[in-house]
Amino acid sequence: MATAAHQPLARRIFTPTMIVLAALVAVAAYFVATRFMYGLGAVTNLNQGYPWGMWVVVDIVIGTAFGCGGFAMALLVYIFNRNQYHRLMRPALLGGLFGYTLAGVAVMIDLGRYWQFYNLLLPWYAQPSSVMFEVALCVLAYVIVLWIEFSPAFLERFGLYKVRDFLRRFMFLFIALGVLLPTMHQSSLGSLLLVMGSQLSPLWYTTWLPLMFLVTALAMGYAVVMFEATVVSNTFNLPSEQPILAKLSIMVGWMMAGFLLFRFAELALRGDLVHAFAGDLNALMFWIETALFLLPVAIFLTPGGRESQRLMFLGAVALLVAGSLYRLDAYLVAYTPVQNYTYFPSVPELMVTVGVVALEILLYLLFVKTLPVLHAHEPARTPKAR
Amino acid sequence: MDVTHATRGQDIDFDACLREGADEPLPGLGGITRRSLFKFCAGVAATMGLPAGAGISMAKAAAAPSRPPVIWLHGQECTGCTESLLRSYHPTLETLLLDVISLDYHDTLCVGAGKQALDYKHQMMEKHKGKYVLVTEGGTPTKNNGIYCQVGGKTQMELVREAAEGAAAIIAIGSCASWGGIQAADPNPTGAVGTHEIIPDKTVINVPGCPPNPYNFLSTVLYLLTFKRPPELDEKNRPKFAYGRLIHENCERRAHFDAGRFALEFGDAGHRQGFCLYKIGCKGPETYANCPAIGFGDVGEGAWPVGTGHPCFGCTEKETAFRKPIHALAQVATYTPPTAFPEVGAQKGEGVSPGAAAVVGGAIGVAVGAGAVLMKQMGEKKKDSEGTGAA
Repeated sequence: MATAAHQPLARRIFTPTMIVLAALVAVAAYFVATRFMYGLGAVTNLNQGYPWGMWVVVDIVIGTAFGCGGFAMALLVYIFNRNQYHRLMRPALLGGLFGYTLAGVAVMIDLGRYWQFYNLLLPWYAQPSSVMFEVALCVLAYVIVLWIEFSPAFLERFGLYKVRDFLRRFMFLFIALGVLLPTMHQSSLGSLLLVMGSQLSPLWYTTWLPLMFLVTALAMGYAVVMFEATVVSNTFNLPSEQPILAKLSIMVGWMMAGFLLFRFAELALRGDLVHAFAGDLNALMFWIETALFLLPVAIFLTPGGRESQRLMFLGAVALLVAGSLYRLDAYLVAYTPVQNYTYFPSVPELMVTVGVVALEILLYLLFVKTLPVLHAHEPARTPKAR
Repeated sequence: MDVTHATRGQDIDFDACLREGADEPLPGLGGITRRSLFKFCAGVAATMGLPAGAGISMAKAAAAPSRPPVIWLHGQECTGCTESLLRSYHPTLETLLLDVISLDYHDTLCVGAGKQALDYKHQMMEKHKGKYVLVTEGGTPTKNNGIYCQVGGKTQMELVREAAEGAAAIIAIGSCASWGGIQAADPNPTGAVGTHEIIPDKTVINVPGCPPNPYNFLSTVLYLLTFKRPPELDEKNRPKFAYGRLIHENCERRAHFDAGRFALEFGDAGHRQGFCLYKIGCKGPETYANCPAIGFGDVGEGAWPVGTGHPCFGCTEKETAFRKPIHALAQVATYTPPTAFPEVGAQKGEGVSPGAAAVVGGAIGVAVGAGAVLMKQMGEKKKDSEGTGAA
């Protein structure tokens, strides 16, 4: 890591965008306060059949998948030694930092008896056979690891280079943990559904759920890096990261092609592909997912697609939506806990989620403007290809 | 009864009271023995929630040489209250009224008749002026100067006012005396009212019920004798020890109510199994009385209307008995069960609200819009390679 490799963006902090985001956060804060004063029932539509709703699925399951940028890039850069991607590492970590930290916050909002949360950390209460216990500990540990991994940005900002250099000696440990922990809990988010059995539609239920969740989490991690790099370079008028993203996209494309092939083959082998033609809501969601997974494959694996920044962006967004939808379907849409239970998030519930997303964007903007996160400017390397 | 235990902490020596001749008849108390009087008074004290020692005070008061005189008037009624009292066995009414108190005049029970009886009544009222207890049974007609109920040429209104004049305490027994009862039901042709409306300046203890439980009356009388003041009363002047709780609260069928098991008509499967009678009009949820706790007729538990399978009709409540139809549903103070319970397969949980749909739609719209604008910018930047647009 070069000392001057990263620098803060010298931009105005209080833009209209920031004010709109702050307003959304304030609305969410109001409903969160209501939740803590009057309980979950006053704010959410959660019921006996659906104790996990919008906050768990979107803020935690999908939110941490969005936060997998740091994990996915660390895997690529440090494990597969692809150092050319290192420039994307810090912003990716920042995205992960907020994705995971706010997922942790969302857990505290969603927990019925949040004041007993600390019991999780007391070994004599531990239930080591529980997937949920593993997820909880893992996510908690990973949030800490992410802050340590990202800490050089703070240390550089405040000129504590000695501390940073000292930390750097042990950074390999945290980087290793930063790859291990998400591998564990992102797959475990799939394992959680294994226990649901026939409550989950066979289009999603498979003993391979952990693998499916891990692969899609990785894909979403890369997609979020591509998305973020494109948006940031365009919004702040920075040199495009297009060439490096194009390279990355080939790998992602093949990975998703493999995922789709595996998914269909596995469905066909166990004879459950018929459900895709049942003509119901589950089948419709399955095909929408498939289409959204297929679009990035088509874009990333064709030279024409990779050349166009717009198509690349579209592919990344499609992949993010596909991964999110896959989680939303598996946890809510295709999940029928008991016959006759329905759930749709209430307005306050939705506004809290909107507020959490707004807070992530707001903090991201604040951090890139005040901390050395983005790669230092250098002359545009690529002639803008026509 | 454990005698020593019952008197612990009291300054009255119960043992000493019983040491001598406990089983010999008490002078002036007919055939009653000291032991059985003490037993009765302790039982009454327990019914009223008084300390055990109060039973001894009551026994002493009841056995005092000068028994308080009682004047008992009848108005518009069925004599059911007296009939009910006649069937109390610890002690029997005659023991109480003839020996514990001095029943100087009772329209139904007096031996004398006509002018002789009335003269005796006047004599006693004069003699015990300011000391006797007046008990009224039955409503008092007020329409056309109360001509619809007369004794010895005097209307009930006059008789009540006359007797109340020198009374130390006034008890209205039964719903008719308390607030008119069945006579006062619409259209109330005789303008019947309760005793307290005839003598509004006096305190009348109401012991409503149709009939009231005799022990609620006896307990009230003994309390008056003992403490020389009325027991604690509620806003309808009913003694709180008897009318402080809803029937619903102590009902033996309450568990069925809470579990949603109701008889829906007389003789149906639920009725035969002793389910809650709320849905066939039981007024227990709005009626204050101790019926489920003490029962009637000294035959043990379950001897009260609901216990025998008939809905309570709210006889101790002015607004309920004779005013609400028997089949009408009671007002439940706590939780009113639904008329029909949901099926096992009923839909649970909230669906999509318009607001939620709007928020989701709006969020998707903003995301798609922002994405489209970004992609448009990308296209423009391609055209002029040195884009200068600010964020």
